[in-house]
Amino acid sequence: MFYREAGQFKASYQADQQIFPIRQDKIAVWALVLFFAAVVPVIADQYWLKAILIPVLIFSLAALGLNILTGYAGQLSLGSAAFMAVGAFGAYNFMLRIDGMPFLVAIVLGGLCAAAVGVLFGLPSLRIKGFYLAVATLAAQFFIVWALVKFPWFSNYSSSGVISTQEINILGFAFDGPTSKYMLTLAVVVILALAAKNMVRSSTGRAWMAVRDMDVAAEVIGIRPMRTKLIAFAVSSFYCGVAGALYAYTYLGTVEPEGFNLDLSFKILFMIIIGGTGSIMGSFLGAAFIVLLPILLDNFVPSLLGDLVSASFVSNFQLIVFGAMIIFFLIVEPHGLARLWQIGKEKLRLWPFPH
Amino acid sequence: MIVNELAVGAQGQSPAGGRPIGEVILDLQNISLSFGGVKALTDISFNVRKGEIRSIIGPNGAGKSSMLNVINGVYHPQQGSVIFHGEKRRDMDPHKAAAQGIARTFQNIALFKGMSVLDNIMTGRILKMKTNLLQHALFWGAAQREEIEHRKKVEEVIDFLEIQSIRKTPVGRLPYGLQKRVELGRALAAEPSMLLLDEPMAGMNVEEKQDMSRFILDVNDQFGTTIVLIEHDMGVVMDISDRVVVLDYGKKIGDGTPEEVMANPDVIAAYLGTSH
Repeated sequence: MFYREAGQFKASYQADQQIFPIRQDKIAVWALVLFFAAVVPVIADQYWLKAILIPVLIFSLAALGLNILTGYAGQLSLGSAAFMAVGAFGAYNFMLRIDGMPFLVAIVLGGLCAAAVGVLFGLPSLRIKGFYLAVATLAAQFFIVWALVKFPWFSNYSSSGVISTQEINILGFAFDGPTSKYMLTLAVVVILALAAKNMVRSSTGRAWMAVRDMDVAAEVIGIRPMRTKLIAFAVSSFYCGVAGALYAYTYLGTVEPEGFNLDLSFKILFMIIIGGTGSIMGSFLGAAFIVLLPILLDNFVPSLLGDLVSASFVSNFQLIVFGAMIIFFLIVEPHGLARLWQIGKEKLRLWPFPH
Repeated sequence: MIVNELAVGAQGQSPAGGRPIGEVILDLQNISLSFGGVKALTDISFNVRKGEIRSIIGPNGAGKSSMLNVINGVYHPQQGSVIFHGEKRRDMDPHKAAAQGIARTFQNIALFKGMSVLDNIMTGRILKMKTNLLQHALFWGAAQREEIEHRKKVEEVIDFLEIQSIRKTPVGRLPYGLQKRVELGRALAAEPSMLLLDEPMAGMNVEEKQDMSRFILDVNDQFGTTIVLIEHDMGVVMDISDRVVVLDYGKKIGDGTPEEVMANPDVIAAYLGTSH
């Protein structure tokens, strides 16, 4: 009843091109961003910030990266965690080896390293598609983790391969508490999400989607498939790399190459399947869902069933629920939570009338 | 059935009328194309003049679509040469053909299913857009100006094809006839000098065919676009074409004005069969 676009006319193409053309959406998004930027740091406790909000933001960024590659450009990848590792270890080494390296520059450089590696492992996409490409990116996953373990230079010759990240200091301000780290993560994620939205609504994004939907037709209207796919690999890996750097610096503090294993890649893939492929918002919904679901199950199942079930049952139950959710979404709603949200909005436009 | 269609076509007027038909802009010389041992095209030569509507007809499997694929660089003929705008073409690919002003539509609709009508047509202008990835990420200044400037052009195409009401609809939701029209729109958005249409009227009802014929004639008339058309509806082909080339089993069996082609005994044999 309150969600109507009646009376909102667009008099210029500029007005028609806005990310949120409907006024109510715009207000809601601004309110949400303000809430997370101004209210959450005040009301959330350490546990919420450290264990929930920061990882949700970081995984959203990684999922966004994979979504650009898989959801928009249609190239399946199982190497997201490896690209995160490149970003994390890249940023670490730039911080370590260059004196006075600013933190933000280091994570951008880490992301660029990941982009370069992504392009390298994206080269097979010019010849192979679908499952075969997934296997090629699987090679990236194993090779990169292997290389980071094999050459101790990457982890500064630490005996166990574990790196402890340096302190974050931007313009003399130390980001050492969970609140400041949360704010930093939020800022990076919001800026990169906005940039991603801008890319997908301009000709870059249209070229990605064209290659995804019908590659022969894309080539015939003048899109270079090779260039387009490699740009998608580069941008996607950049996002994953920055997410990896944040994962090391603002979330865990200490990471090892094995932490960026295939499980993590799959987790990110599940995020975009559940959240919605080809949707910026879906990346956030999927990441929130996958981070929050185990926590919810951990807290609610024991209190619901009491002593009837053992702790090991609860952790197995998580896996069962995950598996069921993936199957459910693949069959019922391949476009994920984002699509459900969109359907809900379309219904809300008419509510309470049937038509 | 086919006899009837041919007869209907015979009564139609060739529209050559007052339109300026210029010099030869595309010359195909002795084109042979084979896939492994299968010969798709054998020694085919014909040309296309500037501003004309040139049809390619023939029974199923005659090599019509292969011919279009040769023209826009998807297939590479083993023999023969393609001369476009007086220049002999080497190592061609579809992207280069697009850059030279050749646009096309497909026999089976090849729209980008996940995108809206507007976005589909906007992709048609991709070769004319010059801003880069970083500018797109910012979506400020040049990138935004460019987007608006091309949106204006795309809106002209949308107006021309009378599809204003569906511009924000995902193409997957549209009925077949409209999808064909959107695909024509995407090709037109590139402002091509030569438009290749692969069965634009297949599967349409009479009204939709009339609309599509009108659009094709209007494109040719208003923009002076050269059109190479593959179509099975003989009535339409004979009505709107300036010249027709007939293929059968990968060989050229007829070439000329609609009247000449219809009087050609080889063509009649190919369509109706002969008693041996």
